[in-house]
Amino acid sequence: MNTLVRQFGKPWVWSWLAAFIVWFLTILVTGGAGTLGLSQAAFTFAAFSVIVGIGQMFVITLGPGNIDLSVPATMTLAGTVALKLMNVENGMILPGLLLAVFIGLGVGLCNYTLIKALRIPPIIATLSMSFIVQSGAIWTNRGLRIKPPSVLADFTTSSTLGVPNVAIVAFLISILAWILLEKTIYGRWISAIGQSMPAARMAGIPVDGTRFVTYLFCAVLASISGYLLACFSGGAALNMGAEYLLMSIAVVVIGGTAVAGGDSNVPGIWGASLFMFLVVSMLNTYGLGAGIRLIMTGLIIISVIMLAGGRRGMR
Amino acid sequence: MDDVAKAIIAVDGAKVSFGAVKALDGVTLRVMPGECVGLVGHNGAGKSTIVSVINGGLTPHDGTVTSDGERQERYGINAARDRGVRCVFQELSLCPNLSIVENTRLVHRALGGFGWRSRAAEIIEKSLDAVFPGHGIDSGLTVGDLSIAERQMVEIALAFSDAGTPARLVILDEPTSSLDASLARQMLDHVRRFIAGGGSVIFISHILHEILETCDRIVVMKDGRVVAERPAQGFDHHGLVEAMGSVAKAETRQRPVREQSAAHAILSHQASGLPFTARTGEIIGLAGLAGHGQTELLLALHAARSGNWLPQRNPLVTFVAGDRRLNGVFELWSILRNFSIASLGDMSSRGLVLEAGEKAKGAAWKERIEIRTPNMDNRILSLSGGNQQKVLFARALATRAPVVLMDDPMRGVDVGTKQEVYAIIRDEAARGRTFIWYSTEMEEVCLCDRVYVFREGRITAELVGHAVNETNIISASFEGTA
Repeated sequence: MNTLVRQFGKPWVWSWLAAFIVWFLTILVTGGAGTLGLSQAAFTFAAFSVIVGIGQMFVITLGPGNIDLSVPATMTLAGTVALKLMNVENGMILPGLLLAVFIGLGVGLCNYTLIKALRIPPIIATLSMSFIVQSGAIWTNRGLRIKPPSVLADFTTSSTLGVPNVAIVAFLISILAWILLEKTIYGRWISAIGQSMPAARMAGIPVDGTRFVTYLFCAVLASISGYLLACFSGGAALNMGAEYLLMSIAVVVIGGTAVAGGDSNVPGIWGASLFMFLVVSMLNTYGLGAGIRLIMTGLIIISVIMLAGGRRGMR
Repeated sequence: MDDVAKAIIAVDGAKVSFGAVKALDGVTLRVMPGECVGLVGHNGAGKSTIVSVINGGLTPHDGTVTSDGERQERYGINAARDRGVRCVFQELSLCPNLSIVENTRLVHRALGGFGWRSRAAEIIEKSLDAVFPGHGIDSGLTVGDLSIAERQMVEIALAFSDAGTPARLVILDEPTSSLDASLARQMLDHVRRFIAGGGSVIFISHILHEILETCDRIVVMKDGRVVAERPAQGFDHHGLVEAMGSVAKAETRQRPVREQSAAHAILSHQASGLPFTARTGEIIGLAGLAGHGQTELLLALHAARSGNWLPQRNPLVTFVAGDRRLNGVFELWSILRNFSIASLGDMSSRGLVLEAGEKAKGAAWKERIEIRTPNMDNRILSLSGGNQQKVLFARALATRAPVVLMDDPMRGVDVGTKQEVYAIIRDEAARGRTFIWYSTEMEEVCLCDRVYVFREGRITAELVGHAVNETNIISASFEGTA
C-alpha cells in the first residue's frame, strides 16, 4: 500500500495545501495579529466536523449509494437528551455520554434495519430516519435550553498546552479510525465491499455484518459529536446539527476519499475540516457581505474538488 | 511489396511498451483477404496488444500500420471500423443495462434516424440466425439478463453483422471461452463460411484444436514477438505447444481412477434432479451445456455455507470466480491485497493484520503458482487476464476451507498455466481438499473423479470413475432433447 500511495500521490495532500493557503491569506490581512486565536478556533470547530466526517467517510467507503443523511438529527437528539439527563449535575457526565452513545447505536440500528429489511436505498432510509429522530429531539426538548454541567462546559471550551480539548478528543478518535481503516481486517472488508459487493461476498466477507457495524459506527460518532457540540455551545439547540449535513459530506469529498467507495483516508478529513472553517473566516476577515461570502465558499469548494479530482483522474 | 498492397491490414515492426514492460517488441503481421489467421501464445505474450493495434485502440510507439496498400498515419478506432475491422473482445464489452437492439445501435453509427429500432433488430437477428441457427435469443432483451454464453453469442453476431459497412476483418479474441461445444462448433462453421466469402478473421484461442482445424495460417507469439509463423498444415497439436514454449505436456494424462465412495461426505445439497453429495478429497465436475444451472448450484452451495452477518473462523467453502470482473478482483487494490482478502483471519492477531505475515504468504504463493509480476504491491489490473485468474486461485487455495468451488475458472488461461493449476488441484485433493469444478472444457471435466451432468437446471446424470469420458458426458448432456 505504501508504494501505491507514493506512486500516485497522496490524495489528502490537496486538502491540507488548500487549508494552509487560506490560513496564510487570512493572517496576511490581519498582519499576523490573532494568528494563534485563528488557529485555535480553526482546530476547535474543525474537531466537530472531523468526528462527524470520519463516520460519514466509513459509510461512503462502503460504495456507491451508501450515505448517512441522519447525521444532523442524530447530533441534535444526542445533544438534547444527554443534556436533559445530566441536568447541570457534574456527577451525571458519564451517564450522559453513555446515553448519547446508546442513542447513536439505536439510530444506526434503525437505519440499517430500514436499508436491509425494507430494501430502501440508504439515501432515503437515512433521510426518513432523520425526520423521526429530529421529531424525537423536538419532543424531548420542548424549546428548553438546558445548560451543560460546568466541568463539561469548561472542558470543551478550554485548551491543554494551547491545543483545544475538543481537538484532542477528535485527534484520538482519528487515530482509532486510522487504525481501523488501515490496519484491521474490518478496514480491508469495508474497502473490499466498496469496490465490489459481489466479489466481497464471494471472498467470504460477512457483507451485511460489516455494513451494519459501519452504520452503527457513523451514528455513534455523530452522537458523540452532538454531545460535545451541545456542551461547547452552552446548550443544545434544535438546529445545531443542520450545517453538519453538508459539512460531513464535503469534508469527506474534499479530503480525497473516493465518492465511488473503496478508497478513503483519515488525514484528508482534518485538512478539509480546517479548510472549511478557514474559508469562512477568511471571507469574514475580508469584510465581504453574506451573499458574496456564500457564493465564494461554493466556488472555492468546487475548485478544490476539481483540483483534487483532476489529480486522481490521472491514475 | 506485393503482399502489403493486397493485405487488409499489415502491421510492420510494431513496438508498444507499458512502462518497463515491452508488450510488443517489433511485431510484423499481415492479414490477406479470404484468410483465417490463428494467433496463439501464453498469457501476456502480446496477443491482446497486437489486436488493439489492429483495431485502432492503441497507436504503436514504433512501426507502421498499412491498410489496402495505404499507409495509415491517423489510424484510430473509427478509421478501423470504416475499413470493416470488427472485434470481439476477451472481456465482454456490451453495455449490460441496454437491450441487444440498443447495443447494436451503439456499434453501428450509421443506424441513426427514424425507425432505427426495427432496422437494428433486423440486422442483429439476421446475423444471430446466420451464426447460431436456432439460438432462441430475443433481441429486445436487456443484455444484463442474458447468461454469459448468450452475451458472448450476441457479441459475436454483432461483429459479423452488416449495417452499411460490411465486416472485412473480424478479430475473435477467445470467442469460445464461454461457449459450450455445440455453440463453438456453430461459430467455427460460420467463420469458415465467412472466409469462403472472401472475409478475413484473426482468431485467438487457447483451445488448440479449434485453431488447428479452423485457421489457414498460424502465428505463434511469445514475450511480445512472433516466434513462429506457418500454414496450419505445418503444425500439429504437439508442435504448437512446443512453439509456444510450454514445457507442460499438451495431452492431459488420463488420471488414475480413485475410488472415493468410502470417504466421508462433507457437503450435500438437494437440488432438483439427482441429489448432490461431495466427499472429502474428491474432485467433482459439473458438466453439461453452458448455463444449464451449474453456476446456480455453486452459488447456492456458497450462500448456504457462508455467513453474511458474522465473520467465520473456519469457513467450509471458498469460491474461485469465473467472471473475474464481476465477482473476482478488487480493482483498486494491489495484487497482494487481492490475494490475502479471503484468508486475513490467519494473518492477523486480535483483528489487526500482520503485514509481515501477509507479505511472506503472498511471496510464497507468488512462487508456487508463478504469478508473473516484479512486485506483489503492483495493482491487480497491471496483470494479464490469466495472471489475475491465478491470483484468484491463490486467494481460494490459501484459505483453510476444505471445499473449493470453481466457476469455470480457467477461462482465458493459457495451456502451460492450466497444467500447473491442474497439478496443484490434484495435489491439494490428495491432501484431502474437495473441489467442485464447473468447466466448459471437456478436457477439464475428464480430470474429475466424479461428474454431475446438468440439463435445464437439473442434475440428470452422475458419472463415476471410468464412466467419466467425453462420449458419456455428451450423451448425458443431450439426453431428453427430442
